[in-house]
Amino acid sequence: MDATSHRFRDNARHALANGRLKESLASFTKTFPEKRQKVIDRLPEFDALRDEGVRIKNHVLANLDFYLERFEAKATAAGAQIHWCRDAAEARETVLSICRAAGARTVTKSKSMIGEEIAINEFLESNGVRPVETDLGEYIIQVRGESPSHILVPAIHLKGPDIAQTFREKHTALPPGRALDEPEAILREARTVLRGEFLAADVGLTGANMLVAETGSIVVVTNEGNADLVMSLPKVHVAVASLEKVVPTLEDAATILRLLARSATGQDITAYTTFATGPKRPGDPDGPDEFHIVLLDNGRTAMLGGEFRDMLRCIRCGACLNHCPVYAGIGGHAYGWVYSGPMGSVLTPSLLGAHQADDLPNASTFCGKCEQVCPMRIPLPTMMRHLRERQFTTGGPAAKGRGALKVWAFFARRPALYRRATALAIGALAFLGGGRGRFRRLPLTSAWTGPRDLPAPQGRTFQALWAERRRRKP
Amino acid sequence: MSSAAPRVGFFVTCLVDLMRPSVGFAAVKLLEEAGCQVEVPAEQTCCGQPAYNSGDRADAIALAKQVIAAFEGFDYVVLPSGSCAGMIREHYPRLFAGDAAWEGRARKLAERTHELTAFLVDVLGVTGVTAKLAATVTYHDACSGLREMGVKTQPRRLLASVDGLTLKESAMAETCCGFGGTFCIKYPEISERMVDTKADDLIATGADMVLAGDMGCLLNIAGRLKRKGSAMQARHVAEVLAGSLDAPAIGEPGRTS
Repeated sequence: MDATSHRFRDNARHALANGRLKESLASFTKTFPEKRQKVIDRLPEFDALRDEGVRIKNHVLANLDFYLERFEAKATAAGAQIHWCRDAAEARETVLSICRAAGARTVTKSKSMIGEEIAINEFLESNGVRPVETDLGEYIIQVRGESPSHILVPAIHLKGPDIAQTFREKHTALPPGRALDEPEAILREARTVLRGEFLAADVGLTGANMLVAETGSIVVVTNEGNADLVMSLPKVHVAVASLEKVVPTLEDAATILRLLARSATGQDITAYTTFATGPKRPGDPDGPDEFHIVLLDNGRTAMLGGEFRDMLRCIRCGACLNHCPVYAGIGGHAYGWVYSGPMGSVLTPSLLGAHQADDLPNASTFCGKCEQVCPMRIPLPTMMRHLRERQFTTGGPAAKGRGALKVWAFFARRPALYRRATALAIGALAFLGGGRGRFRRLPLTSAWTGPRDLPAPQGRTFQALWAERRRRKP
Repeated sequence: MSSAAPRVGFFVTCLVDLMRPSVGFAAVKLLEEAGCQVEVPAEQTCCGQPAYNSGDRADAIALAKQVIAAFEGFDYVVLPSGSCAGMIREHYPRLFAGDAAWEGRARKLAERTHELTAFLVDVLGVTGVTAKLAATVTYHDACSGLREMGVKTQPRRLLASVDGLTLKESAMAETCCGFGGTFCIKYPEISERMVDTKADDLIATGADMVLAGDMGCLLNIAGRLKRKGSAMQARHVAEVLAGSLDAPAIGEPGRTS
């Protein structure tokens, strides 16, 4: 997808004006946090589990080369083929060449954020290979020509009637008078359409939630079971995963799985959790003849050595989106690229590069809710602040208003001058308020007074009044 | 520490200093009634958070040094703001990490810095106040106070002792109001949605008044409530706890000083 993160302000305005989106977000950002809280309340050791998850990930990041090589050795021994790719272009070419070698015309896909990151669908399509999304939400947005608005719940910006309308327009072979009012009817229809695609596909493409170094397995979790059909029905399975997905052992994978579903959807565990190791062996009843694993860097090793390293602990649970009051206002599309919410506000500038997504780390109140719920305890506000610090010197929204900030700081660093200047300014402002208690508008304050009144100051500064009190009774 | 009255350096914070000194006097009254000897160093302006959160480390560090120098002689530093207290306690030590001359001083100050209601309850062991207010109030948990300073039960405990007061919790008490310092003027449309959601949630409680421990949130919330034509009043929790209700509520007409 073409990134529009540089147009964040326009995107956000557009989103805020969308009444239907407001409804969807209001219900979603209420129910998901509630479900998470409920399931965590049942698990007293959840915080200890988080600490263990953080320890595992930090250990992996400190020994990434070791575990990746071990993963490669184990996966290769199990019969998988490993492809190392530096960037999105290399990964796309690799996937395409595997499809071509298999003579593929149709590729089924299970939901993959890495697939979105490398924009694999557009690329395959322009090269004569037809990708078919098989996760219900992804399928819906694929037929609508949209991008995911949430890393977990890609079609969360839509409501039932939107989807029914889309299906009527796209599934023209089905009876036009059919009922599509109930979610079940929508699901049944998608299933019917997708069943044929599953069977016709030549290649199945998935991501991976984890790579297990101990066994050379990939781990894929879904709630729909679609990934299992994608992985096992076609002759060829390709899994694309970024480097930081590796974990040392099956035990470690189990720890992270316990954190993932609880944080993501408020489930104890996802409905389907699949470990895939190598292609079909002689005597296996099913499985692909070929199993390819594309290991993608795409900016991760560059983050490893810097102040954004903690971000590589992210397990893409989406908890930070579900709890973010900014995301709740504008939804995922406003962020303009694959990743949205707080994790996107850190990851997108790191992955797209300087000045492609400068607004994202600024569009946060630093309320801290994201860090509070992150299972991997990623200090998201701290990293957004680092990005603002960079902008303050190199330019960007953080540097806008630098002049005003510098003037304010000039006074704030000179307490005596500050006391005199503020006493005068506040007195003048209170005089303008004229006892009305607030301003509906005031020159130079439109950003404040657009949405809200400006309460008037009481008239004297505390410092001045305190000095008077001290003089009266020393 | 000696058994004499604890010496408290009161950091009034820039918003209380400039916009609502009545909150500062209410806080001082509460501290004095709890047995503290309160002083207000004149060399205080701002904790530096606006610079820090805008990416301006140089000014943040300069202001932090000014605060440390002004307040390091006291037993405690108390602020009527969880946000500014959080800046000193959580972020000053980080600002000076690796700075041999300042890191230790920043840490020492951080350890002795408290948000007002948390200081009264957790440090001084205050269990109640003598104030009266016949009203139903609701409480907004300001983000930094809640998540950086652990302020949640303390103001509620003290409010429970106010004669005549009923506390009615809102569903989204812990959700950000959309102030966020410069955020509210850098992204006014997003901030508007957030404060509107907040205002609706508060209004739904049917309370007469919203209280909070941070002036930033209160200016934002009161401004939106007034813009929506709501009769709900907004006050800093210190004013209610101290029984200092002479000044009109935030954004309400009338002269104070």
